[in-house]
Amino acid sequence: MSQAHNGHAGSRILVFSTNSISDPGIDLAGSAHMHYPPGVVTIPVPCSSGIRPSWVLHAIEAGFDGVFIAADGTDCAFVSDCTTRTGKLVDAAQKLLQSHGHDPQRLRMAAVCSVCAESFVSHMERMSADMERLNS
Amino acid sequence: MSEPKEQHGQNEQQGQNEQNGERKIGVFICHCGGNISDYVDVETLRASIEKEPGVALARTTMFACSDASQQEMSEAIQKEGLDGIVIASCSPKLHLYTFRGMAERAGLNPYRYVQVNVREQCSWAHRDDMAKATDKGASLVRAGIAKAASSQSLENFRIETLPSVLVIGAGVAGMRAAVALADLGLAVHLVEKAGQTGGWTASMGPVYPQNRPGSALTDALLQEIRKRETITLYTGAEVIERSGSAGKFSVKVRLSSGETLTVAAGAVIVATGFDAYAPADGEFGYGLPGVITLPDFRRLLNESSGALKYNGRKVKTIAYIYCVGSRQAEDEAHAHCSRYCCTSTIQTALLVNERDSSVNQYHLYRDMRSYGKYELLYEEACRKGSVFVRWDPNEPPEIRNDRGRLMISAADLLDGGERMEIPADLVVLVTGMVPRSGDTLVDTLKLPVGKSGFLNEIHPKLRPVETVINGVFIAGAAQGPKTISESVASSLAAVTKSAALLIKGYVDLEPFVARVDASRCTGCKECLAACPYESLQLTNLGERQVVEVVPSLCKGGGACVPACPEGAIDLVGYSDHEITSMIDALAGEREVVHA
Repeated sequence: MSQAHNGHAGSRILVFSTNSISDPGIDLAGSAHMHYPPGVVTIPVPCSSGIRPSWVLHAIEAGFDGVFIAADGTDCAFVSDCTTRTGKLVDAAQKLLQSHGHDPQRLRMAAVCSVCAESFVSHMERMSADMERLNS
Repeated sequence: MSEPKEQHGQNEQQGQNEQNGERKIGVFICHCGGNISDYVDVETLRASIEKEPGVALARTTMFACSDASQQEMSEAIQKEGLDGIVIASCSPKLHLYTFRGMAERAGLNPYRYVQVNVREQCSWAHRDDMAKATDKGASLVRAGIAKAASSQSLENFRIETLPSVLVIGAGVAGMRAAVALADLGLAVHLVEKAGQTGGWTASMGPVYPQNRPGSALTDALLQEIRKRETITLYTGAEVIERSGSAGKFSVKVRLSSGETLTVAAGAVIVATGFDAYAPADGEFGYGLPGVITLPDFRRLLNESSGALKYNGRKVKTIAYIYCVGSRQAEDEAHAHCSRYCCTSTIQTALLVNERDSSVNQYHLYRDMRSYGKYELLYEEACRKGSVFVRWDPNEPPEIRNDRGRLMISAADLLDGGERMEIPADLVVLVTGMVPRSGDTLVDTLKLPVGKSGFLNEIHPKLRPVETVINGVFIAGAAQGPKTISESVASSLAAVTKSAALLIKGYVDLEPFVARVDASRCTGCKECLAACPYESLQLTNLGERQVVEVVPSLCKGGGACVPACPEGAIDLVGYSDHEITSMIDALAGEREVVHA
């Protein structure tokens, strides 16, 4: 099911970043004056393993085209199995999206480290284009 | 053990606003000189949010962090009776604490302040489209307003601290830390698992750059330790249990006699060092007579004199194979560079040359990482006849026994990939550092471990010796490969952090911990399993059991939040209500009228 997504600065993507690891990486993209689509906005949380699947559904139903979890990965200082835990959340959230008639591809996750600026920009460019295709 | 800090001033007007269900939020949008306003139309942004519900005033300012601007914001808080503020400026990594301090000075609870990043995550990332950058800036500020509207006065947890530190590991890092802590007036319990102090450094023979024996360094430190009555040294002792939290840990130590004693400490510094990589049988010929590791070779050098001999035979040619057990792309646990070994090998070759300049020495390396001033040692080795052969990781050197003699076959990238055969009397495998094996401390102290198995800091650059466990610091090669001087530098950093924590006599912990809604909790214990820090426990509530949080143990990661099937757990500052209202604010389509 496609939402009534309109043309606000290309695709609208909500990023959940993490205070100590991925948010500094996203900051670094800006500090290095790298450009990514302006429809990308960020909510930082302490750790990606603490994201509720319901927040992902809420974002899509509120009008975002996609949600991207910029996870701590193996750099996480809170839990050593952060990737596995976040992966399980993604799985649960994708099932939740599907059960509400949304394409599970609207949620993505990748580890973004504190210096992963280029990788973040590349993820955002690709996801923005993919979400536009999903909407069309 | 924890008690609430004194109430931050929340004036009567603020309380009145909330009783009426109204908020008075002040929004301040920073030009940052032009770093923001050159790419985001800050006046349009201001106009687009000033009528948002709860916003009492919206202003722009040239530099929000300047003393003058802080004074103006402070006056506005007091004059307008603001009960929340949003500052749209740079990344919170820069000025979160600056503005929290300003709010506190103005009588506003610092946790009613929200910083919105419209520089790194807006103006600098969208310099090519001012209209869209301004739209995005307005969305981000609305989300900040939503968060500020949900904000409450929060209090830090104050914990009294003990003026003593437990240092685990009496190698060079732990010993140096003990001396520095004692000099700062803190009592030290220095616990070493081995029967003697000194760790690896004591056994390394002459160490670079000054070629002083490592044992001379550690003996000097031991003498300094003995001079200080406030240091208690336990050798042959092991930490077996930890309880308590930052400021007041209680640690059980098992002594070599089998007795256990309990040590009370305000902070813990873990400086347990490393193990040398042990090659597998057959790895670069390991197991063949004459193929030994760098630590073995250094021991051979240190324990002998005169002509260099191995198994009674004079050594005429040595081949060093670098990066054994380090930088293995296919093996995450050994993907790291061990940092010290390039320079250590070159220094070893210079020691050999000093002893017998007729010995031929071949260095088969991948990349020469004798970084910093140690480049001079590399140049000296070149001048003194060491031959450097660079190999490709896809085509590593092969070592075989050729009629009783070792033969190395390698393609030299410095010579166009030409394959060469090097006969050698001794092959030295330059093995790197690996995490301590069988280290039960990780479980005992619940230490975070990184992908390579070394102890993990919160951030390698911003918080390099802190762990997520408040009051537990890491130092030396336990954290990852380091040279002796780097180990000592990190141990002194851990000393500084410990002292900053303990010397005041108390510590204030931020209140962003888990919170359980007891009315929804069914006591299913799913959250207990999700928390590795044992910060959740069951308690009786009438006739049923519910979960409660031990705030001093909670690290605020939030792993328990999605684990609760009832949605009964929230993280303070990141509650379901706060996050969903931020999502709504970010998603909402509003018209921004561009000039």
